[in-house]
Amino acid sequence: MTEMLSGGDMLIRALQDEGVEYIFGYPGGSALHIYDAIFRQQKIEHILVRHEQAATHMADGYARSTGDPGVVLVTSGPGATNAITGIATAYMDSIPMIVISGQVPSDLIGTDAFQETDMVGISRPVVKHSFMVRDASEIPGVVKKAFHIATTGRPGPVVIDVPKDTTDPSATYAYEYPKSVSLRSYKPAFEGDSSAVNQAIQALLAAKRPVFYVGGGVVQADAEGVLRDLVKAARVPVTSTLMGLGAYPGTDEQSLGMLGMHGTYEANMAMHDADLIFALGARFDDRVTNNPDKFSPKATIVHLDVDPASVDKIIHSDITLIGDAGWVLNALWEAYQARDAERDDDARQKQQQDLEQWWQHINEWRSAHGLNHNLQAQEGQNILPQLAIQSLYRTTKGDAFVTSDVGQHQMFAAQYYHFDEPRRWINSGGLGTMGFGLPSAMGVQMGNPESVVACVTGEGSFMMNMQELSTCLQYGLPIKIINLNNQALGMVKQWQDMQYGGRHSQSTYSDSLPDFKTLVEAFGHVGIKVSDATQLDAAMEEAFSEANKNRLVFVDVWVDPHEHVYPMAIKGGAMNDMILSKSPDAKP
Amino acid sequence: MRRILAVLLENEAGSLSRVVGLFAQRNYNIESLTVAPTEDPTLSRLTLTTSGDQEKINQIMKQLDKLVEVVKVVDLCEGEHVERELLLIKVRAEGQSRAEIKRSADVFRGQIVDVTAQTYTIQLVGPSGKLDAFIRAIDDSGVNATILEVVRSGVSGVGRGDYVLSV
Repeated sequence: MTEMLSGGDMLIRALQDEGVEYIFGYPGGSALHIYDAIFRQQKIEHILVRHEQAATHMADGYARSTGDPGVVLVTSGPGATNAITGIATAYMDSIPMIVISGQVPSDLIGTDAFQETDMVGISRPVVKHSFMVRDASEIPGVVKKAFHIATTGRPGPVVIDVPKDTTDPSATYAYEYPKSVSLRSYKPAFEGDSSAVNQAIQALLAAKRPVFYVGGGVVQADAEGVLRDLVKAARVPVTSTLMGLGAYPGTDEQSLGMLGMHGTYEANMAMHDADLIFALGARFDDRVTNNPDKFSPKATIVHLDVDPASVDKIIHSDITLIGDAGWVLNALWEAYQARDAERDDDARQKQQQDLEQWWQHINEWRSAHGLNHNLQAQEGQNILPQLAIQSLYRTTKGDAFVTSDVGQHQMFAAQYYHFDEPRRWINSGGLGTMGFGLPSAMGVQMGNPESVVACVTGEGSFMMNMQELSTCLQYGLPIKIINLNNQALGMVKQWQDMQYGGRHSQSTYSDSLPDFKTLVEAFGHVGIKVSDATQLDAAMEEAFSEANKNRLVFVDVWVDPHEHVYPMAIKGGAMNDMILSKSPDAKP
Repeated sequence: MRRILAVLLENEAGSLSRVVGLFAQRNYNIESLTVAPTEDPTLSRLTLTTSGDQEKINQIMKQLDKLVEVVKVVDLCEGEHVERELLLIKVRAEGQSRAEIKRSADVFRGQIVDVTAQTYTIQLVGPSGKLDAFIRAIDDSGVNATILEVVRSGVSGVGRGDYVLSV
């Protein structure tokens, strides 16, 4: 017998039928029928945040770390507008998310009613799609479509705007959740073109200086296994975008680390000199390519992406592979094995010699200007931020989920924490959202309750969403926050040092910073402050100690405020144009 | 280069705003846009003219295609096509200029669809270039013919021959 449910109950029931574990949200007038439906069920846990932006970042962290879509529920008006930054963050990084916003009753829409805002309109440029519920009976179908769109093809956030009258408990409807969904106007590519796959492999087998440039698309497609097989067999160097870190193991000798604006010397040199680039689930972002006109002048470009609009947008591709990264990488791997077996020994040997030379070049670059992993803590000296990341890496044995905010600390973490697994590195790459770190760590911890979750942040970013410390106490989230405190907006200050004659316009506030240890303690958590480099490891070990296993610990690490992130791309240059240190003559 | 894109989209509330928003958001240019339901009430057909090099047009088409409510996009200029636009123009027509304006309208195969003692309202259908030429002709006619109002429908287009744009 079909159940009769109200719109509000159908909405929550549909989420249950989608297997949703958590809703991250904040109640308000237009959402109260839905909140009542939440109260009368047990399957889904609602996490009460302190600000709607944080709810979206939590859902985002949950989605990035688990691969399942994150679900957000907010009320109309300010609840909805507060969610926009988090929706935009998810949109830029292609993260599956469902945002349900309450709306004023249908008959009040357009009247400038209390807490009314045009959520579908205001979110339109930053969503994959959006729905406005016109009639309660549409709710199960809309939810089904929303999850389908959010999670397939190039994933992204989907908004469902729900006028209050459509969730009214007094009207009930026969509930049935659709088993499948088919949209004639939405058919994302999945299978790639096998002739292009073969072309790509022919190019790979003929390449003298190949590079794999791996992005978040490989992480999204859970295609890391087959990527590793192909990389190992073909002996190609792999560099990763900020979003792709972990898709290929960071500690493997074939990993060149991150590329781009703050990428490693060897990665950027290799990209510039390559004769073949496989761009795998990456979109030639401006933070990667530097000046597109000077990008990798000698390379044949093979571009794999699930989104046809990402191909030939910035850099023209010679071979185009549209489809799911997992499907296409599997096809590439099969074609590689088949074509490789057909090669005669001479051809194979010839390529091995070329690769040998290529690796020699790369290793020379690496030893000349690679990241310095032998920094030593000096007594009485400021803590170098890189050392703090290395200390975190050692303490967590490289096995933590690490979220970050945005700025210098983000780049240091990306450079010095070597991710061997995908979905471990969680950061706002595309939008660059300060305030993302703490709430996303909370979502990661919810999705991975047994795992160690660290949030690398800076005092600037942290203060953008620190109200969530209260939420952390409420739900007992034992996140470890590593605050690289340089008493300034470090990346802004670095640019001002380098490009504005050292004029630190609005980037410092050292006289007015709170005592973070006391602040965190006031929220009921553990605070540790460390400013002596020789005490760093001890502080880190205390944070991750058995005694603090179930506590949120905030480590306020006072770092050298003058440190810059290097290498740094030279504006307007090619990928091999980098500044390597503060000394002007250090440029290669 | 000027292009005419024909778009089939779901006839749903808000779908037009997504198309228009996309153009604003990505800094693409819309020269004209016209939209109406088709013989299938679930579908609207939208014709828009824009311009750019081939790379830009490709990107515009891909971005349009990515919109969930867009079912199909074609560039009519890729093949032979028929292009038509409707012009309604109201002109001050007094004294001897009345005859002159009527002659111009006849030359362009326009129809006078409304008349007052001082004005003519002329309807003209054709490719945009022809409409431009007619407006110029009236403007430059040298007689006392002031253009009072110009209303253009924007371009509609359809592929020539057996080609059919459908779901």
